[in-house]
Amino acid sequence: MTDHDPNLAHHFDTPAQQYAAGKLGVWVFLVSEILFFSALFCAYAVYRANHPAIFFDGHLFLDSELGAINTCILLLSSLTMAWAVHAAQLGQQRTLVACIGVTIVCAVVFLGIKTVEYSQKWEHGLVPGADFTPDMHYVQEKLDHHGHGAETSEELNARLLNLRTFFGIYFLMTGLHAFHVIAGVGVLVWLFVRAWKGAYGAHYFNPVDFVGLYWHLVDLIWIYLFPLLYLIH
Amino acid sequence: MVFGAVFFVIVLATGGLDTGWTFYTPFSTTTTSRVTAAAAGAFVLGFSSIFTGINFVATVHTMRPPGMTWHRMPLFIWALYATAIIQVLATPVLGITLVLLAVERLFHIGIFDPTIGGDPILFQHFFWFYSHPAVYIMILPAMGIISELISVFSRKHIFGYTFIAYSSIAIAVFGFLVWGHHMFTSGQSILVSMIFSALTFSVSIPSAIKVFNWLATMYRGSIWLATPMCYALIFIFLFGIGGLTGLFLGALATNVHLHDTYFVVSHFHYVMFGGTLIAFLGGLHYWWPKMTGRMYSEFWGRISALLLFIAFNLTFFPQFVLGTQGMPRRYYDYEALLERNPQFEFDHQLSTIGTYLLIVAFVIMLVYLLHSLWAGRRAPANPWGAATLEWQCTSPPPHDNFASAPTVGDPYDFSHLRYDPETQGYIIDANRQPTDEAPHPDAGRAEA
Amino acid sequence: MTEESLSQPRPPVAPSLAHPIPLWVLLGVFAALMVLTFITVAATWVNLGDWNLWIAMGIATVKAALVALYFMHLRYDSPFNALLLVSALVFVALFLGLTMLDTHEYQPQVINRPPAGSEAPR
Repeated sequence: MTDHDPNLAHHFDTPAQQYAAGKLGVWVFLVSEILFFSALFCAYAVYRANHPAIFFDGHLFLDSELGAINTCILLLSSLTMAWAVHAAQLGQQRTLVACIGVTIVCAVVFLGIKTVEYSQKWEHGLVPGADFTPDMHYVQEKLDHHGHGAETSEELNARLLNLRTFFGIYFLMTGLHAFHVIAGVGVLVWLFVRAWKGAYGAHYFNPVDFVGLYWHLVDLIWIYLFPLLYLIH
Repeated sequence: MVFGAVFFVIVLATGGLDTGWTFYTPFSTTTTSRVTAAAAGAFVLGFSSIFTGINFVATVHTMRPPGMTWHRMPLFIWALYATAIIQVLATPVLGITLVLLAVERLFHIGIFDPTIGGDPILFQHFFWFYSHPAVYIMILPAMGIISELISVFSRKHIFGYTFIAYSSIAIAVFGFLVWGHHMFTSGQSILVSMIFSALTFSVSIPSAIKVFNWLATMYRGSIWLATPMCYALIFIFLFGIGGLTGLFLGALATNVHLHDTYFVVSHFHYVMFGGTLIAFLGGLHYWWPKMTGRMYSEFWGRISALLLFIAFNLTFFPQFVLGTQGMPRRYYDYEALLERNPQFEFDHQLSTIGTYLLIVAFVIMLVYLLHSLWAGRRAPANPWGAATLEWQCTSPPPHDNFASAPTVGDPYDFSHLRYDPETQGYIIDANRQPTDEAPHPDAGRAEA
Repeated sequence: MTEESLSQPRPPVAPSLAHPIPLWVLLGVFAALMVLTFITVAATWVNLGDWNLWIAMGIATVKAALVALYFMHLRYDSPFNALLLVSALVFVALFLGLTMLDTHEYQPQVINRPPAGSEAPR
């Protein structure tokens, strides 16, 4: 049946075994990724449960609109990724390449918006470091604008500590997520090139399927990050 | 793994690490020693562990040979499967913990720094969530080896196969429920300490199940004291002591006195050296003929094992005594300590003499093993009369292990194996009637 | 790039290997995800106190389930793959649960941060 199928690695007996083993392996990898992010969610949960003020203050400085747009972009990229798998399984070469391409574009736009957000934070000095010195006018303005201005300068200083912790967690969680998006773009570009060269079709679509699973996990994590960081009231 | 090791060499070469392997904050976030490099090294090594875990889970699920159902797998494979589960679930948490530590050091985020609102005990929760299951990563494969050895060298089917198989999975799962027992004196709340203490007692149950099944396997078996079996018996004794002393540490009241003393040091050496390393040596001696194609000297093998057993106890038993008397671990100035506490000196000296004897035992082992590579008798395919698949190919195995898929049977059924004096090994004889035949006296000999 | 950029004939794939999810299902799931995203944002315009967080998490979980079941093919896969995902979440819940319980319990013993204004943020 195999007849020296060039896509069948020599340590597998059948393509079905190879597909099952690969899929299981990728799922186990996704499990490890979930556990990798878990400590950050734990830090978030611990601080939010015990010091809710940190998150209340912090979220005032995030742009929910940009966050929502990013959510939609990632959801779209998940659709095009799943569509790519669909196309590969049906041998639809052009659709496959187009879908992978759109997925990459969505990912790059996501990163672009994140860059815009991060640079806004940088401009106003809201990046935690040895020297956390945010632009105090900006901070005061933002807090006042939402009706939660600080009464005294002592209170303002205390709430600066809140901001420091919040932005620490914000940059860690979105930063690690963005790192995974960047890595995903790298893998998607590789996949794009291979797909362009016609390596995938109804006879062999494993890599498209497996990269898709990884990409969906990246989306899943953002599905939780968005409400947790941006939509706090 | 090499890449990760390079980081650690860099750490050693540029001043070392002074936080202890546990990297506790806030010291680890403020000390000038090479914490970030060490964390980077451990992070890279963690990936090796995770990918191994993924590999083993996928292989065991989808690539068993035809006929090998789950309940026909050797118990060693069950143990490795359980280990793989732990590797996949726990190691990533260590990974992110090390990332957080490095980020805290480099960017002063403040997540573990109490002066800016951080929580140092949070670090300990993150760290031990991995590091407790990690010790089960270390012991499970060892227990798998012991299951193989006890059965083969008692010439008897393993007793309670299903119990031993599922107890490996149970240890993997329960091992995730007890991490707080490393934190009883750290500031952890009393409520959670009580929960962890109770759960810690429960994790001893699957290990005990294994020990009882091994003993039941040996009962009315035909015991063959070949070198691997000597190590298996040593394991049961030393791991037994190690495991039981864990109970003292799991009880809150005694833990307060024993934490950070030599009692803890002795406990984990009994389980890790007396457990894992001894089982490793048993496995090394068991599979040596298969890997190298040579037999080593049984005489020197047994001498070394006996000496190792005596030396190990001489080294580490006094440390239990020292710990209960209050001798702290990681102590900086022994001279000053012994001046004020002369009662510690004798046990320390016993321990030191024990280590010299350990060195002798290991040197003997190194010599006879290396000697076997040049002058040992050529090993037959199956010198020990085992029934697992690796013994069906030559020693050492050819490139593809098996020319065609081997026939899978019960891995602990020895009834079809017969000793062949010509090759001085066991061969499959379908016509042989099952009897209680003892191992042939020439089996396992080094000399032809 | 041609429609069939395959130079040599390949053996046909066994029917059980490829299971493409119908396109309308994928598009339908996407539409549902967008609607749920809008609802998540809309829910923040109403103040329900603590419930806001749980509603947001609930909706996120529904979205995640849709992605997992359909985009990630779990609905049609071997149930073991779904078991893997659920087990991972169980262990995460265990980790978060016990850690949160502990940090909550020892809060009364924590000496508060330095009084406001007593030192500039480092």
